[in-house]
Amino acid sequence: MKKILIIGALSAIAQATARQFAESGDALFLVARDQSKLNVLVEDLRVRGAASVESALLDVLDYDQHQPTLEAAIAAMEGVDIALLAHGTLPHQKACEDSFEVAKKEFEVNAISSISLLTHIANYFEQKKAGTIVAISSVAGDRGRQSNYLYGSAKGALTLFLQGLRNRLYKSGVAVITIKPGFVDTPMTAEFTKGALWAKPEKIAECIVQSINKKRDVVYAPWFWQIIMLVIKLVPETIFKRLSL
Amino acid sequence: MAESRYQSWGRYPKVTQHAVDYLWRADPLPLAATDNSTFLPFGNGRSYGDVCLNGGGTLIDCRGLNKFISFDTTLGILRCESGVLLSEILQIIVPKGWFLAVTPGTQFVTMGGAIANDVHGKNHHRAGTFGCHLRCFELLRSDGSRLLCSADENAELFHATIGGLGLTGIITWAEIQLKAISSPLIEQEVIRFSNLDQFFLLAKESDLTHEYTVAWIDCLAKGKKLGKGLFVRGNHAEERDTPLSKKASRPLPFPIDPPFALVNGPTLKLFNTLYYHKQCGERSHDSVHYEPFFYPLDAIENWNRIYGSKGFFQYQCVIPPESAAAAIREILQRISNAGAGSFLAVLKMFGDRPSPGLLSFPSPGATLALDFPNGGEKTLRLLESLDEVTRAANGKIYPAKDARMSAEDFKQQYPNWVKLAPYLDNKLSSNFWQRVTA
Repeated sequence: MKKILIIGALSAIAQATARQFAESGDALFLVARDQSKLNVLVEDLRVRGAASVESALLDVLDYDQHQPTLEAAIAAMEGVDIALLAHGTLPHQKACEDSFEVAKKEFEVNAISSISLLTHIANYFEQKKAGTIVAISSVAGDRGRQSNYLYGSAKGALTLFLQGLRNRLYKSGVAVITIKPGFVDTPMTAEFTKGALWAKPEKIAECIVQSINKKRDVVYAPWFWQIIMLVIKLVPETIFKRLSL
Repeated sequence: MAESRYQSWGRYPKVTQHAVDYLWRADPLPLAATDNSTFLPFGNGRSYGDVCLNGGGTLIDCRGLNKFISFDTTLGILRCESGVLLSEILQIIVPKGWFLAVTPGTQFVTMGGAIANDVHGKNHHRAGTFGCHLRCFELLRSDGSRLLCSADENAELFHATIGGLGLTGIITWAEIQLKAISSPLIEQEVIRFSNLDQFFLLAKESDLTHEYTVAWIDCLAKGKKLGKGLFVRGNHAEERDTPLSKKASRPLPFPIDPPFALVNGPTLKLFNTLYYHKQCGERSHDSVHYEPFFYPLDAIENWNRIYGSKGFFQYQCVIPPESAAAAIREILQRISNAGAGSFLAVLKMFGDRPSPGLLSFPSPGATLALDFPNGGEKTLRLLESLDEVTRAANGKIYPAKDARMSAEDFKQQYPNWVKLAPYLDNKLSSNFWQRVTA
């Protein structure tokens, strides 16, 4: 039985992943912004076989609550083995261009809040000399594009932060896993027309669980995004800047 | 390009409709106040015809209502949201020694769909329909009201909603009574029979001794062999050596749409011959996992694609006992003469346990179910000729399987449809309902 803390537990990817953990009989501590929805999820995961499920409210921009939330999880499960960071938003790029206030808030939600949470979680795991950090970044963080570079730059910052953290925590035996999903069919992307490249949250959940079991470092989900992003990263900037991506 | 999931299993008719997700049961319905179109709850699209379609209107996709609520492992009472699939329920209950009191021939239907069509299974002769084991549910109406419905509370709405084809409101969650098992295995016996008379004898005898009975008929057999087939009967194994958590093998996908229906005369004959002779002796006895026993077709994901993009019809009727033998013989004769047989022909005797729904399909007698690739006019004419037989024998057609029955036949066969009127939600509609109440 693993003890798992999930931040952003109401995200579709987090829910799908939590179901898999529950079916394996793990203990869960769910963190999100809506208590009544959390209650629904708690009941569900208990029936699905989780050893225990507790929850707590948190707005990730409330930095003062990050450490207490981690402590509550540690207290509820008598320790944490895995921390999954799945919170985030999909900012409206145009709104971010029109208003720095919007851009700043979105950047905080998608990057700074994770840096704060990961600081507390990393210190806890480092001291324990054990643990697994899994954070959901995005293929969008691999290269800046005009259509969503605020989101991309936040996820890019998260990806680099995780890379450094992995390097730091390696000697302490703590795994840091960066998940980079491509297009995922969730309420966050409800406005998009879905094509062949779109994956279901259950598929991403499978990738996450496998990555944990295999202690992977950076994982594109599904795998074919690694090839797509390789190609995209190879396009010279002089050409890339002319494309409408 | 992925095909829209908002179509029926028979992929006929094809309609254009708008779909919205409904993800949290405490939320109001996701409908714009200005939206004057009708709506219809949609589960997993496993009904065959048009009861799950609402062309020109809105579908409320309830598959996202996929949360369990509670499971009393002592009493075998399960409560979950309406978008949960029976397969997900089985995954959770079987390892704890429980099983669905009634299950249809696929586990990929939602709880809501199973109630709305008041589905039945191979144990109808003992257990009745799915609705017989339903304890209660919450019904969300388009005016925002939420009603707890059970046999004691809002009883009329309870009976109107069971088999009510989704037209009385959105079922947000439901609670069912499960039945205890001690093994995931079924003691199965397969018996070859060479004509319809033998079927009726076998059914009569087996319904007394076996929880589950069903027969597979070779529709291409003619003359003396008309109605030959395999009789399958089973009981839950009593042994305790097999772990309840034992899994069956995973399904294979049927990945493509063939350019034409793979089910035609020659392939069918081959299939049916192989199927019939798979059975070497007259009788075989095995212990099999519940999955292949109840859900043989689930082993091929999207098997409906085998019929090509034009889709297919399923014809399922029930004929009262007194006229069953003659009418079933006549129907098989007509199909055999037309040479337009089906991949699957399933025959079973329903029992006399009353169905709780106003519009429930099952009633005492013989029920026959067959698929027909959509061959246009020719197929429709054949199905109409089967209607003649069903009508003359005072039988009825199963709405969940239907895409074409006439309004006259529906009103004749389901006289209770007028009693449903006070309980219908006036914002709800379906292609089926438009058609049969026209």
